[in-house]
Amino acid sequence: MIDYEALRFIWWILLGVLFVGFAVTDGFDMGVGALLPFFGKNDTERRVMINTIAPHWDGNQVWLITAGGALFAAWPTVFGVSFSGFYLAMVIVLLALYLRPVGFDYRSKLDNTRWRKSWDWALCVGGFVPPLIIGVAFGNLLQGVPFKFDDIMRATYEGNLLGLLNPFGILSGLMCVAMFLMQGSVWLQMKTTAEMRQRASKYSLVFAFIVLALFVIAGAWLYMGIDGYALASVIDHNAPSNPMVKKVVVEAGAWMVNFDKYPVTQIFPLLALAGPVLVMLMSKFNRSGFAFLFSSLTVLGVIVTCGVMMFPFVMPSSIDPNVSLTMWDATASKFTLEVMTVAAAIFVPIVLAYTLWGYYKMFGRIDSKFVESNTTSLY
Amino acid sequence: MIVDQVVELSRFQFALTAMYHFLFVPLTLGLTFLLAIMESLYVMTKREIYKDMTKFWGKLFAINFALGVTTGLAMEFQFGTNWAYYSHYVGDIFGAPLAIEALMAFFLESTMVGLFFFGWDRLSKHQHLAVTWLVAIGTNLSALWILVANGWMQNPVGSVFDYQTMRMEMVSFMDVVLNPVAQVKFVHTIASGYVAGAMFVMSISAFYLLKKRDIAFARRSFAIAASFGLASILLVMVMGDESGYEVGKVQPVKLAAMEAEWNTEPAPAAMTVFGFPNDQTMTTEAAVKVPYVMGLIATRSTDTPVMGIHQLIERNAVRIRNGMKAYGYLTQLRAGDKSPEVQAAFDKTKVDLGYGLLLKAYTNKVVDATDAQVAAAARMTIPNVAPLFFSFRVMVGIGMLLMLIFAYSFWQSARDKLQTQPWFLRLVLFSLPLPLIAIECGWFVAEYGRQPWTITDVLPTIMSASTLSVADLWTSIIAISAFYTVFLIIEVFLMVKFAKQGPSSLHTGRYHFEQQQDA
Repeated sequence: MIDYEALRFIWWILLGVLFVGFAVTDGFDMGVGALLPFFGKNDTERRVMINTIAPHWDGNQVWLITAGGALFAAWPTVFGVSFSGFYLAMVIVLLALYLRPVGFDYRSKLDNTRWRKSWDWALCVGGFVPPLIIGVAFGNLLQGVPFKFDDIMRATYEGNLLGLLNPFGILSGLMCVAMFLMQGSVWLQMKTTAEMRQRASKYSLVFAFIVLALFVIAGAWLYMGIDGYALASVIDHNAPSNPMVKKVVVEAGAWMVNFDKYPVTQIFPLLALAGPVLVMLMSKFNRSGFAFLFSSLTVLGVIVTCGVMMFPFVMPSSIDPNVSLTMWDATASKFTLEVMTVAAAIFVPIVLAYTLWGYYKMFGRIDSKFVESNTTSLY
Repeated sequence: MIVDQVVELSRFQFALTAMYHFLFVPLTLGLTFLLAIMESLYVMTKREIYKDMTKFWGKLFAINFALGVTTGLAMEFQFGTNWAYYSHYVGDIFGAPLAIEALMAFFLESTMVGLFFFGWDRLSKHQHLAVTWLVAIGTNLSALWILVANGWMQNPVGSVFDYQTMRMEMVSFMDVVLNPVAQVKFVHTIASGYVAGAMFVMSISAFYLLKKRDIAFARRSFAIAASFGLASILLVMVMGDESGYEVGKVQPVKLAAMEAEWNTEPAPAAMTVFGFPNDQTMTTEAAVKVPYVMGLIATRSTDTPVMGIHQLIERNAVRIRNGMKAYGYLTQLRAGDKSPEVQAAFDKTKVDLGYGLLLKAYTNKVVDATDAQVAAAARMTIPNVAPLFFSFRVMVGIGMLLMLIFAYSFWQSARDKLQTQPWFLRLVLFSLPLPLIAIECGWFVAEYGRQPWTITDVLPTIMSASTLSVADLWTSIIAISAFYTVFLIIEVFLMVKFAKQGPSSLHTGRYHFEQQQDA
């Protein structure tokens, strides 16, 4: 069948696909959630917002769950070291995620202002906190995180929650939040009518601009102020996974090397730069479908840019760079990757097919009249 | 060194979140199927009442489902956050079914559940029915894959240890999927979920019958649930017996502990039906024994003995000494001495490597363990007997009671004599939590009985935990408990509110409260 090296590369791509899938789909419903108390002026407007995402948020969230499961299966060591290393941050993400299923489902079950307002804020937290912390985590991965292994590969993490909240980490966190808010506002442009739709266009302009600005700042910061990691010895791409037998050096500019080495990858940062501009243009001219498309492409551009920069690293260690985890030496066995590849080849097309069918069936805008006349069958 | 308290607290947190999660899962498993049956009746008979039934029970299902999804998130996260070494050591096998579960089942269930609730006016009748069935199928497929993963923890087939990667690696996916423990557990678990769903519908329907309102609606719901529940409880019983047989084959320690069999008895072994097991003296006080029964259940023969706890401890001490050797060779291999002799010696002993790792509780080097430490580790291979013994009996007892309730319900509902027996309706009403109690007890036996291992004979629990601080653990336990408590209060409040309203909450104008207002 396919050789180990190719399988490892395929899974690096597939994990990227899953993270992009999460950020694009759950991105818009988390964005709508985070905007809920600010964008929606009254209960009806907030119900319109919720009902635009009502049939989809649960399916969207599965992108995150699948990304987690695939991380577990394809990069087991990375899964363990990252989730336990970022322990309290992950617990906070989890608590924030808790608020969403119950929030969506329970909010409109009672007609009581205080009840509904409380859930609005819960949904806001559930939409705001996960991207913030996931962004912070990625910002820290780019700087290297303090973990090491003992002789039987038990990992110890020497940082803490406050250590994650360094300036670049916070910048990435905000960037991720801005991306999700942009996704949320272009979604609302596409799914609402009249004045709400106009308002969503204005929000889209603002968030697209913020995404652009933060991406430029983060890029400049990475280019000038943050050392990257580079391999100083050759990794055998077909060898059993053992992250403890290579040499790694930390040096300035190492994160930019791949863009020179493989010029075609420059397309991703360019996408991340052009995307927000196109989102602004499309929002200005009321082409909300295109605004959503370009916003999603921006999300893709940003995430892949991050992946390409770090390639082949996925979790560099700042205190023992030699044991940094890469997509060559921290993967599952060849056999497991084969099994997973077959499973993905069968199920990803099926999932995409019925997900699209679901969106197609629920296609169309939602207005105040519709939610006001359906108090029991909608959220 | 491994901090004991971190391991204990990690276990506590996992138990807390898993048992809480499993308050909602069985209802989801059972109700999705009942909804699919009700909607099928609607599509076949075209009678609105079945549509109303699907929608109303669907409303209660939604309240439950939200918490099932919520608490399920915690389960996946925790393998990484709290059991990092476990993730590294067995993720190559354990991760695959979880990833496939997400791809094959979660996407299906979650996408279709959205269409179930919001697609009534957007889908044709048949499309909506297909969606409902797909929700049920998705839910059950998710149970299949998680039980394949759990079955592998009980009976780790299809995998070998690789010293270069320092972990277990999968060699046969088919063995992992067709693991007999997993297959039996899967059917036992989903069937018990169906029982919980059926009891839920029956209890609430009994409430309406007692209140003498929405009779037609309640009687139909009751009848469907009673037939579905009776078939399911029989399946639970048969599979429970099968499960006991599989445990006897692959986890003799668990079997001996849950049956409090301290010493190997001549075949066929007697079964201690009741008594008070004492873990200190290793005897059972006031034991009531029935001859032959355990030998028959556990070995399905009259001549195979069932190993007792004392003998298992002796056996395990041997395996621990063998494991010390394996650990020694492993250290040599990892230090770079890859001579064929060391490799051969390691291959011969590595089946007991996990037993060697048990000694990590006492000494970091393992190979220097004293006789006293080996003896202590051997004693540690036996989980506490009393809690297993009692929860197993609670589970079986409730199971038998439920069988009587379902059989009588089915019979009386077929004769249409339910309303003349309010005592029985009241009994059914208050039986609502029984399946859930039995299910929690069953999981306790399965997982507590697996101790001291996370992966039976392969990876000890003490090794599996992440290197966290005690403060980290307390923070997460307190935060999660606080959230879960609030959620539970809200859930029960909403459930009671809508159950009391009954089908009138659909605002169709056809049911009790609305008709009174009109009149």
